[in-house]
Amino acid sequence: MTPYLAALLILAAGALAGPLLARRPALALRVGSVAAVAGSLVGLASVLPFLLGAPPADLVLPWSEPLGSFHLRLDPLSAFFQAALFAVAVPASAFGAGYMKPYVGRRPMGGFVLAYGLLLVAISLVLSAADGVLFLVAWEVMTIASFVLVTFDDEKLQVRRAGFVFLVASHVGTAFLFALFLLLGREAGGFDFVRFEALRGAGAAAPWLLFTLGLVGFGTKAGLVPLHVWLPEAHPAAPSHVSALLSGVMIKTGVYGLLRLLGFLPPLGVGYGLLLGAIGLGSALVAITLTLGQGDIKRALAYSSVENVGLVVLGVGLAVAAGAAGHPVVAALGMGGALFHVWNHALMKGLAFLGAGTLVHAAHSQDLEKMGGLLARLPVTGALLLVGLGTLAALPPLSGFASEWLLYLGLLRAGAAAASGASGLVAYLAVAALALVGAIAAISFTRIAGVALLGEPRSPEAAAAREVGPAGWVPLALLAAGCVLFGLFPALPLRMVTPVAVQLGMGEAARVLGPAGEMGAAPRVVVGVLIAVVLGLIALRRRLGGGAVAATWGCGFTAPTSRMEYTASSYSQAFLTALVPRALRPRVHLQAPRGVFPGKGAFRTDSQDPARTRLFDPLFRVLGDRMSRLRRFQAGRLNLQLLYTLITLVALLAMLALRGRFP
Amino acid sequence: MGAWTDMAFILVVVLDLFLLASSRLGAAIRAVALQGALLSLLALLLTGSGHSVGHMLVVAGGAFFIKAVLIPWLMFRAIREMAIRREMEPLVGYVPSMILGGVGVVLSFAFSRGLPLPTNEMHPFLVPTALATVWTGLLLVVSRRKAVTQVLGFLVLENGVFVFGLLLTDFMPVMVEAGVLLDLLAAVFVMGIVMFQINREFASLDTDALSSLKD
Repeated sequence: MTPYLAALLILAAGALAGPLLARRPALALRVGSVAAVAGSLVGLASVLPFLLGAPPADLVLPWSEPLGSFHLRLDPLSAFFQAALFAVAVPASAFGAGYMKPYVGRRPMGGFVLAYGLLLVAISLVLSAADGVLFLVAWEVMTIASFVLVTFDDEKLQVRRAGFVFLVASHVGTAFLFALFLLLGREAGGFDFVRFEALRGAGAAAPWLLFTLGLVGFGTKAGLVPLHVWLPEAHPAAPSHVSALLSGVMIKTGVYGLLRLLGFLPPLGVGYGLLLGAIGLGSALVAITLTLGQGDIKRALAYSSVENVGLVVLGVGLAVAAGAAGHPVVAALGMGGALFHVWNHALMKGLAFLGAGTLVHAAHSQDLEKMGGLLARLPVTGALLLVGLGTLAALPPLSGFASEWLLYLGLLRAGAAAASGASGLVAYLAVAALALVGAIAAISFTRIAGVALLGEPRSPEAAAAREVGPAGWVPLALLAAGCVLFGLFPALPLRMVTPVAVQLGMGEAARVLGPAGEMGAAPRVVVGVLIAVVLGLIALRRRLGGGAVAATWGCGFTAPTSRMEYTASSYSQAFLTALVPRALRPRVHLQAPRGVFPGKGAFRTDSQDPARTRLFDPLFRVLGDRMSRLRRFQAGRLNLQLLYTLITLVALLAMLALRGRFP
Repeated sequence: MGAWTDMAFILVVVLDLFLLASSRLGAAIRAVALQGALLSLLALLLTGSGHSVGHMLVVAGGAFFIKAVLIPWLMFRAIREMAIRREMEPLVGYVPSMILGGVGVVLSFAFSRGLPLPTNEMHPFLVPTALATVWTGLLLVVSRRKAVTQVLGFLVLENGVFVFGLLLTDFMPVMVEAGVLLDLLAAVFVMGIVMFQINREFASLDTDALSSLKD
């Protein structure tokens, strides 16, 4: 526990450097980044032992807060998510030191450094809190710190709007969590997680209510469809290394909360598992389809986070359903796959966002149509980003495939072991849907890679782009190494997943996960060898020379320009118009040239999110109309306003007094 | 001993009624100061065998210093600087206020028995006094126009809460009590600043002028 506390202290000290050194922003940024890297390294070293068999550690400090106690606990589940946090925080903070330099002197840096350090501490406390009140306090600090980070560039209208959406969504989600913890606290007679866990045996009064509250509250943070609407707004608005943290780690606190909650509720039935699985798979399908219409590279990556969280929740749902149906092996595979995917997604999304950040700085725009040809200009960053995008598309032999492999195995085993034809069909349909998600992901990430990295530059800025030096790509290389190693050698991470799965009640995990991971190694090796052969052939061809060099997409035109290239929207257009339901397609604005002589023509596509345009926008409009009637009660007179308070108090008191008199 | 305690409680309630009827600000501030002094005395008088004397001395001393000396001094300074003497045209007149206050006192004595409270052994006047004082404070805040009187109402409200706190001294750690007292002081400071601002913006301390800020 001591090294962990030391890590928190280092991180907090780094956060304090922000306001203390606000007068010297460059120094504040450097101190903050160094402290964040150092604290995260110490933190990583302090939590890993708990995944390798160390017994859980507790720390209780006296705290004068009513109802709560300052109770921290490091157990495998907590340590697992903390490891992801610190593993992403190290490269992200190192990257941020260089990434934020252009802002020094232009935007206030003190508040940013403070919020960044505070975010790391708060996420860590959310993951280690073993008391309901402390958990909620840390949760709120995490929300506010990330709000400050998201609105860092608040001179832009879009960023301010994103911050507002983020704040509203977070508050609504947290309201559900307050209700959840109050109910849990009332039933357990206290807010300590130990008491909550005792509920599991005793049986809570209304598990469905607690489950629903938790699903909405934690699902908002995790970004499950349709509660994901804040995510594609907030993550592109934040600076890229912050997006990496938010997308890679912060949204996983929702998954963490859901897993904790499962430990408090009595064992749930098959229906709950199916519901979770359906929500997860639905989220993945909808979100990955929506990535296809995004012109903003970071927005596309944000939607991909929704997809990946959906896959994680699919695994959890599979584990719950299989556990209730009595298939411990399937349950272990589902939970193992979900947990492993949490780690893998943290690494690959961190890598993708950092790489996207470099591209955005190089092209001075987040718009894919302003990039192009960047692989030739940023060879190292481009190659590393390709690894990240390949992992996101779940290509073997990279780590994204390794965890999805476990999910496939689990679903196939579930289908084979199913008692009836109907439940088997559900499992096989899920396999098909998962494969569809994988296929769309492949389209989506080849689209990003092709449009941003290959071809000719689409803007003068992209044409002038240059590599920023090792400080820019070493953090990416660390993450890419993780993606490759976890894909090639899944045995080590799976050994660390096992104690977590066992803690969550998957007793078979120790026996099943290792061999399952090894089984996936065979196709990975084959594909790895294939890739190596292809790369070797390319190198050979280059050495031998041959073939004439011409402009890409020249196609025989005498004056080719980059505007003849396939654009980001044309790449996915065939798929979107042929196969995708209308609601998920981007809206097309077409003004065709008419007449004998060539007239004016224009074409534009706007991505739209049905959860936003069809659900939340109308909902909030209706609510706003209704609520504006309450305006009359806001008298604007102090006395009247206070009178409302007085009346409420007297009514409450009278209720108490009467109840005491006539029980 | 018992008679003195009863007396102190009754005086607190009488001061409540006096405050509701008084239009002169100077007298009202003095009444609030006296009430604060009575409360610190009460804290000492109620010290039973089970309490630690040092703890109670600290609480009583702190309450006396802040409630009976510091805050009244600040308030006197405030009304001197802003040159106001009396509350004109309250929203609820003095006689109706007194009647309402009287009703509150009667009801709180009648109903305090029925309230579910954490301790059973206590002075029979304690809860009714606390309720009546809170009620008076809220009534003052709601029914008066001048910001100074509203601050006084808030102080009376806090006095009521303090009486309730006496019931719970066994449960409340010193830090919490110190926090409550400091809270009060900070609140008065903030309100002092607000009063100053209202006075400067609208050339009066009438909180009605604030309605023009409504959107």
